[in-house]
Amino acid sequence: MYNKKLNLVLLGLALVAPFVLYPVFLMKVLCFALFACAFNLLLGFAGMLSFGHAVFLGTGAYVTGYVMTTYGLTPELGILAGVVMSALVGLVYGKLAVRREGIYFAMVTLALAQLAFFFFLQTPLTGGEDGLQGIPRGKLFGLIDLTDNMTMYYFVLAVFIIGFLTIYRTIHSPFGQVMKAIRENEPRAISLGYKVNQYKLMAFVISATLAGLAGSTKALVFQLASLTDVHWFMSGEVVLMTLLGGMGTIWGPVLGAAAIVSMQNFLASGPLANYIHVLMGVVFVICVLAFRNGLVGELQKVIRKNSG
Amino acid sequence: MSQDLILETRGLVKEFKGFTAVDDVNLKVERGTIHALIGPNGAGKTTVFNLLTKFLKPTRGKLLFNGQDITRKDSASIAHLGIVRSFQISAVFPHLTVLENVRVALQQKRSDTFTFWRSEKILDGLNDRALELLDSVGLRDFSKAKAVDLPYGRKRSLEIATTLALDPELLLLDEPTQGMGHEDISVVAELIKEVGKDRTILMVEHNLNVVADLSDTITVLQRGAILTKGTYETVSADPQVREAYMGVEEGQPEGTTGNEAAVGTLV
Repeated sequence: MYNKKLNLVLLGLALVAPFVLYPVFLMKVLCFALFACAFNLLLGFAGMLSFGHAVFLGTGAYVTGYVMTTYGLTPELGILAGVVMSALVGLVYGKLAVRREGIYFAMVTLALAQLAFFFFLQTPLTGGEDGLQGIPRGKLFGLIDLTDNMTMYYFVLAVFIIGFLTIYRTIHSPFGQVMKAIRENEPRAISLGYKVNQYKLMAFVISATLAGLAGSTKALVFQLASLTDVHWFMSGEVVLMTLLGGMGTIWGPVLGAAAIVSMQNFLASGPLANYIHVLMGVVFVICVLAFRNGLVGELQKVIRKNSG
Repeated sequence: MSQDLILETRGLVKEFKGFTAVDDVNLKVERGTIHALIGPNGAGKTTVFNLLTKFLKPTRGKLLFNGQDITRKDSASIAHLGIVRSFQISAVFPHLTVLENVRVALQQKRSDTFTFWRSEKILDGLNDRALELLDSVGLRDFSKAKAVDLPYGRKRSLEIATTLALDPELLLLDEPTQGMGHEDISVVAELIKEVGKDRTILMVEHNLNVVADLSDTITVLQRGAILTKGTYETVSADPQVREAYMGVEEGQPEGTTGNEAAVGTLV
């Protein structure tokens, strides 16, 4: 009941937000929020720390950018292509990575992501250092022109909500129960007869697919797909967003993404522009030292204390 | 064959980089019995368990379950066949509720464990059976608590309920009473006795009172090999067993632990 009300309030805020704040900024927040939520599905609910998640964001962005520019597809088809490709890359990378655990899993994902980074840098399809520029937003279903930022915002909001609900459903599904059990105690899950690698792979592919959705959408918003999207900085940033917001909580990554993107945006134009990375580092250290459960995690603790 | 064997190992060997942890073990577990595996620390009891459930791969030898060769199966498949193990350190899913812990095991037999697009509410049909199982170990009143918040003894009870949810033919219990106080031990021992009425149990156990009380057959391991096998009376009378537990210098045991003391008083 309380949660339903909260969700309605948040939805209302999201609907009126572009009249108050700059829509492109809000779209950026939504794209990164979706990316962080997808990442959190893997880290917070399946217990797997991927250090190469940028590859899925980047694959989504590049593939959507490429098919939109080259074949002039409608945006929904462009996004679909990006998402399918991310899912396939997720399947292959996941197959290779889930055999390992913990730090080794992280290292394998990082190595595979670097492989992809150099592919995107070298291949003639992606424009090398320049990336793909001037990606057309096109007309949604051939009808609705997305060139206008307000129209685009509501489209991005819809994409975000679909992605977010998918994640919410996954967490609270029969599969989600198994996933959490594996996170909690893998040997026990095995001894109960679960072939855990198959479940981990499934979680990995779902996460990769949704990260790809975030990347595809982001490419349309900025009409740009660049090496930044596949760089390991990006893989690190999503870890930061998730930890800052609160891993393993449903709203944490959203809040974390909003906080980081806001910081970057407001600092970029100010006198501290050259110190963004230093400041983000400080935030990260404070977060790890002082509130390990993240913003949402700490908030939940306070609420729980007061209610009982 | 005169014996009805549920589990058999033939020439089981496990080597770790030149060290032989399990050396030519021929273990025979008869159906419907409670079989205890005992031995001093480092005798290879847990290694045998890990080999039986394929958490470790045997270097040589064969594993037979109901006459079927299971040497090459993986851990999860072994559970599907009907061998379910517990662990030395209580193996619960700490941040799931007590009910969810049992339900995850019940869920395993369903076809929808990969279903991520439907609500977990479709699992509510399993709740009655889960509560029944919790009832049988005296945990019904705790069904909504997080497993992590249970006291240690109750965690072990929860673990047994979870294991029973799979309705296994053969239960492997790795030190079920380890780290427990007196009252908890008798509760769990009673529970094992109850469960053992219609199943086969193979357990590693240090507490010899529990072993004496529960087991039909005892196999004693020492330095990775079987020292002897028999009922509690025959095994405890064996001078070799006494020596294995007491140390070579009779009457002056080195670093006596509770177990060794127990042997001293019991034997």
